Amino acid sequence: MIFLAAAKFPPPEFSETGHQIPGFVAPAARAASLERLDVAVLVLALGLAAWLALRQRSRRGLVWLGIFSVLYFGFWRKGCICSIGSIQNIALALSDSSYALPVTVIAFGLLPLVVALFFGRVFCSAVCPHGALQDLVLLKPMKVPEWLEHGLRLLAYVYLGLAVIFAATGGGFIICQYDPFVTIFRLSGNTIMVVTGIVLLVLGVFIGRPYCRYLCPYGVLLGLASSVSKWRVQVTPSTCTQCRLCEQACPFTALNPAITAAPVRNVKTDKRRLAALVVLLPVLVATGLWLGGISGTALARKHRIINLAERVHLEESGTVTDTTDASNVFHASGTPPEELFAEARKIQHRYITAGRWAGIWIGLVIGLKLLSLAIRKERPDYEADQTRCVACARCYRYCPEELKRLGLTVPE
Amino acid sequence: MNRRDFMRNVLRGASLIGLGGVLAGVIRKANASNTVWQIDPWKCTQCGRCATECVLELSAVKCVHSFDMCGYCQLCTGYFEPQPNKLNTAAENQLCPTGAIKRQFVEDPYYEYSIDEPLCIGCSKCVKGCTMFGNGSLHLQIRHDRCVNCNECSIARACPADAIHRVPAAQPYHFKSREGHGG
Repeated sequence: MIFLAAAKFPPPEFSETGHQIPGFVAPAARAASLERLDVAVLVLALGLAAWLALRQRSRRGLVWLGIFSVLYFGFWRKGCICSIGSIQNIALALSDSSYALPVTVIAFGLLPLVVALFFGRVFCSAVCPHGALQDLVLLKPMKVPEWLEHGLRLLAYVYLGLAVIFAATGGGFIICQYDPFVTIFRLSGNTIMVVTGIVLLVLGVFIGRPYCRYLCPYGVLLGLASSVSKWRVQVTPSTCTQCRLCEQACPFTALNPAITAAPVRNVKTDKRRLAALVVLLPVLVATGLWLGGISGTALARKHRIINLAERVHLEESGTVTDTTDASNVFHASGTPPEELFAEARKIQHRYITAGRWAGIWIGLVIGLKLLSLAIRKERPDYEADQTRCVACARCYRYCPEELKRLGLTVPE
Repeated sequence: MNRRDFMRNVLRGASLIGLGGVLAGVIRKANASNTVWQIDPWKCTQCGRCATECVLELSAVKCVHSFDMCGYCQLCTGYFEPQPNKLNTAAENQLCPTGAIKRQFVEDPYYEYSIDEPLCIGCSKCVKGCTMFGNGSLHLQIRHDRCVNCNECSIARACPADAIHRVPAAQPYHFKSREGHGG
């Protein structure tokens, strides 16, 4: 036996009793077959959700699938693995070539997006445990005014930008850190997030899916994919009779009313506004670039290495006299502080670059949002908003044509 | 096909190509097997955060004992308080706040120390005592029957020694051994 670790007290021989030295007890990690099962369940659930939402048009079926997803992906899998979080792993893998990404995570990250390109946000409807949980508690839906809805929905775009910055620079996974519902699935967690989760769920009784609509970064991507989907939720199974019965059906303000007659507006002002907004777009993007660069420096302070470098700098300059656990480890390692500072500067540059990209993204999103609001649309029928609709199937039974199709009596 | 549908088809095709690009970007280094979190016991500084930072009510980190490194000391600095009244199993002499270490006489003058895992809270008090004055046979490990394998380990986020990283699920432990820094 080679003794590399200097043992202060040599291990005994036990010549008297011949005592056998016990080994390790090591509970195995989760089996690979179970990981594959997760992907299989995801694929089946996505297929089932698409079939139930678009083909069967069954709200009841989706509720049952939602309950299953909450139980399986939520309470059984404890909210990890999750598609929302996987965008961070993918962002990190794209920026850091040494980071190995498990195939399961790739599947959870990309499959719902591919499905959304064809069937819309059926993942949100009943496969995502976060969405399904909020959908189940929505008992007394209240309308959110449209102007507020537009504003709040921008938050999710900002959140996505931030999450990608932090993930790509190695600064951590904020979507996971600030996930409000995972604490509910695990029945434990840090106090602030437990409280946030409960507050969001209580709010969700009145305001449909607050996390999905105003915060979910993955929902942003799904919404974009869904906006060009091949098949989509259609309120009426035949032709819209403009009966307006479905007007109040959607709790997520995802049902666009028909616009047949153009509103009486001054075309000249409209054109001028449009021109102004087209000019504003590059201004917003440039502002985003500038602010992103500045905030990149600030956000970098969350990074472990930058934090440590700042601390060591303070200790070196004599501003502080005590040390922290992290700085003790650093001093014990014998690495020269200059090396640490150089690495910190490198990381800071990564943050500034990532911050600029995120700034461009946010500027672009705001600019395009304003533009889309200024463009006059024509819509012959009441139809689901492709970006916002989460395919919950609530609206179908509001349509008298649907009731006729099902052979039910149409209320007078 | 009207203009709107055509645009949708074009954009959908472009999105699929984009997703394919992302897939191509990540698939080369993709890991067929999953990974799990584990502590490098040689980096651990016994700060005590493992007991408090885990998302679980009772941490997934537990003390494990590498018996082949242990000196089987009568005065074990991982088991006893710095100045114990007597070298016996009375609670006031023990370092462990939950009494999770069992002390068993083997033969004169050797005692065997084993961990009663359900009682261990992963506070690393014994690990510190053992590492500072003893052979360092007691060390912390993430137990995979408890760990929920969070996407980002909240203990890793708080670890001042950067001792927690992902390891292949097929070799999910990093036990200390007599052969030294075992990889």
